[in-house]
Amino acid sequence: MSRAPLQLHIPAPTCRPGDAVDFSGITVPAAGILKRPAEDTPPEQMRDYAYGLIRVLDESGHAVGDWNPKLSADTLRTGLRHMVLTREFDERMVKLQRQGKTSFYIKCTGEEAIGVAQAMALDDRDMLFPSYRQQGLLVARGCPLVRLMNQIFSNTRDNLKGRQLPIMYSEPDYGFFSISGNLGTQYPQAVGWAMASAYSGDTRIAAGWVGDGTTAEADFHYALTFATVYQAPVVLNVVNNQWAISSFQGIAGGERATFAARAVGYGLPALRVDGNDFLAVYAATKWAAERARSNLGATVIELYTYRAAPHSTSDDPAGYRPADEAKNWPLGDPVERLKQHLIALGEWSEERHSALIAEMQEQVMAQLKEAMSYGVLGDPAPNDPGSMFEDVLKEVPGRLLMQREQMLALRRKEV
Amino acid sequence: MARMNMIQAINSAMDIAMERDPKVLVFGEDVGYFGGVFRATAGLQKKYGKQRCFDTPIAEGGIVGAAVGMGVYGLRPVVEIQFSDYIYPAFDQLVSEAARLRYRSAGGFTAPITVRTPCGGGIFGGQTHSQSPEAIFTHVCGLTTIMPSNPYDAKGLLLSAIEDDDPVIFFEPKRIYNGPFDGHHDRPLTPWTKHALGEVPEDYYTIELGKAKIVRPGDQVTVIAYGTMVHVCLAAAEESGIDAEVIDLRSLLPLDLDTLVASVKKTGRCVIVHEATKTCGYGAELVSLIQEHCFYHLESPIERVTGWDTPYPHAYEWDYFPSPYRVSQAIKKVMED
Ligand SMILES: Cc1ncc(C[n+]2csc(CCOP(=O)(O)OP(=O)(O)O)c2C)c(N)n1
Ligand SMILES: [Mg+2]
Repeated sequence: MSRAPLQLHIPAPTCRPGDAVDFSGITVPAAGILKRPAEDTPPEQMRDYAYGLIRVLDESGHAVGDWNPKLSADTLRTGLRHMVLTREFDERMVKLQRQGKTSFYIKCTGEEAIGVAQAMALDDRDMLFPSYRQQGLLVARGCPLVRLMNQIFSNTRDNLKGRQLPIMYSEPDYGFFSISGNLGTQYPQAVGWAMASAYSGDTRIAAGWVGDGTTAEADFHYALTFATVYQAPVVLNVVNNQWAISSFQGIAGGERATFAARAVGYGLPALRVDGNDFLAVYAATKWAAERARSNLGATVIELYTYRAAPHSTSDDPAGYRPADEAKNWPLGDPVERLKQHLIALGEWSEERHSALIAEMQEQVMAQLKEAMSYGVLGDPAPNDPGSMFEDVLKEVPGRLLMQREQMLALRRKEV
Repeated sequence: MARMNMIQAINSAMDIAMERDPKVLVFGEDVGYFGGVFRATAGLQKKYGKQRCFDTPIAEGGIVGAAVGMGVYGLRPVVEIQFSDYIYPAFDQLVSEAARLRYRSAGGFTAPITVRTPCGGGIFGGQTHSQSPEAIFTHVCGLTTIMPSNPYDAKGLLLSAIEDDDPVIFFEPKRIYNGPFDGHHDRPLTPWTKHALGEVPEDYYTIELGKAKIVRPGDQVTVIAYGTMVHVCLAAAEESGIDAEVIDLRSLLPLDLDTLVASVKKTGRCVIVHEATKTCGYGAELVSLIQEHCFYHLESPIERVTGWDTPYPHAYEWDYFPSPYRVSQAIKKVMED
């Protein structure tokens, strides 16, 4: 038998800059068609959920089907408020980065439903192991923006003492783990925290987040292995926003199967969710949290969304994707969709929405004023350089005390 | 000759290597269509096709593991690790596999791979975009470790690295991609286009791995550095008013011991400078070798100027980064004793 020679396959997205946007490969199932299984359903009976898409909000803004979490109008408005605040905060911070007030920023535009709805669905005492794109978690948990801004400016009130890149928050009081610059490391740590909670007979669970791109890291697989082996009470989220800097999700393996489907091989249940649907995100997270809290172990949730923003302030997506992709994203915009839902319920209006945006902008500006009174990056120059030697270890060792003396003497030009 | 910055010189090296040898492949995160977050691979996919220059999953261990496998097949992969701060997931593949494959198979299998990776601080990148982990790799038997300080050397050394039949870690100090940053962060940067070492032949040439370069001849003290610190040391030498001989190692392993020994025997004094943390840094090895080979010629204790033994602090970058002032004070100090 004669065969053609082998050929190396390299995945490529459907469109690049200059091409017409092409989302024809994406099928959007109707809202409400997937049943909500009981939380104790065995994983082998749940395989379809790894390939389907849980959606609650339909095209006309109505909540339909089994997964409708039936939230009160007040709760929905709270969610909307957090999402709008997150968005306005992001907008303002990017402007300040452009003005040189800080070195770096990452927006979560288009993905606000994820952080916000998930924080609301989890218990406030549950422990969060986020990536850098879940600022909505902190907003929804009520962490004052001024705290985040202080960190972003590395100013005199920065709780991380000027050590960390902007947005690499660490907020123990809000159950928000220190963000690592190294992708995926937090995922097995979330599992370990959950194992510790189970070991201790606690009631708290953990949740971790990675992006589509990060599922390629070994840490992702360690996490799923440990989660299934020890039936850890953890919610493992994959935010599939289609892009990892310039690489489309096919480079992470998305051409072959969904990211949720990774769970199947590990014997874990998976839920694949419309990430721009506040209600679906909330309901799926509740399901997974309930399951974990009932000693039934981990769930993988794929949040299907679109990174409407550049990767970071260091990135310009014009170099690798059509500019109007975000506008044409078939699952729409999460803020707009929740707004339409509230309007459809008769619980909201365009006027109230405009007023909300103005109010959130004011809130951002008021907190910004306070944060800037404590300084911005390099202005005034941070005034405690000796602090860089602290926290390497619990006690500053002699070697570092000597280096600190040397550094301070150099500053005074005494050496 | 053309005017090139360091990125363009590195790009030119890969371009020529691909042109000359169909076995050369280039891949890494964001390396293909986009051309790399620092643009080092710009245009290569377009020119050589997506099978020869492509994006990889975000999996540094996978990137290096796959490169080893390709090397075993007979290809010559050149991979990019986006920041050297992210090289650690590949550590096992580098240390246990690439570095020892030739030895454990008694030459039956080899890994002729090149791992390019930007390193060093000075860009307000915080602790995960600023590290200088070179000493971790020089500690490993079987790895070659290179760090150029200018476009001309970068191109010639990278071509040699790619042609080398053993694994090479090629560190690129990102702060000097655009110009010879000398540590004076409050002054404008001279671009490479206005610098003699930004003159780079467009054609093929190589620079032998393991050869240091005396970048400023002098009689009074030997200053040893590599990467960004070469430029800091040149500024410091001028500012100190002392006739310092500044040596750019270019290659950490293999090390050009002869050049160092000859210089220290001539000057009798030595300052060693690197951006990486001090303890067990590469400077410690240099101090040790110099005292082994030049003990009776030394007039004063050897000084080390390095990063402090802490992670790289975002807001205190300029208190961390070894400054020309600090280096010049060290030069004066070794002259006093
Ligand atoms: C271990 C490691 N490798 C590479 C990087 C560089 N990097 C930062 S973000 C990113 C893309 C991540 O994409 P994804 O996981 O999809 O998350 P998203 O940014 O889309 O939220 C890359 C490659 C890193 N931070 N850590
Ligand atoms: Mg992504």
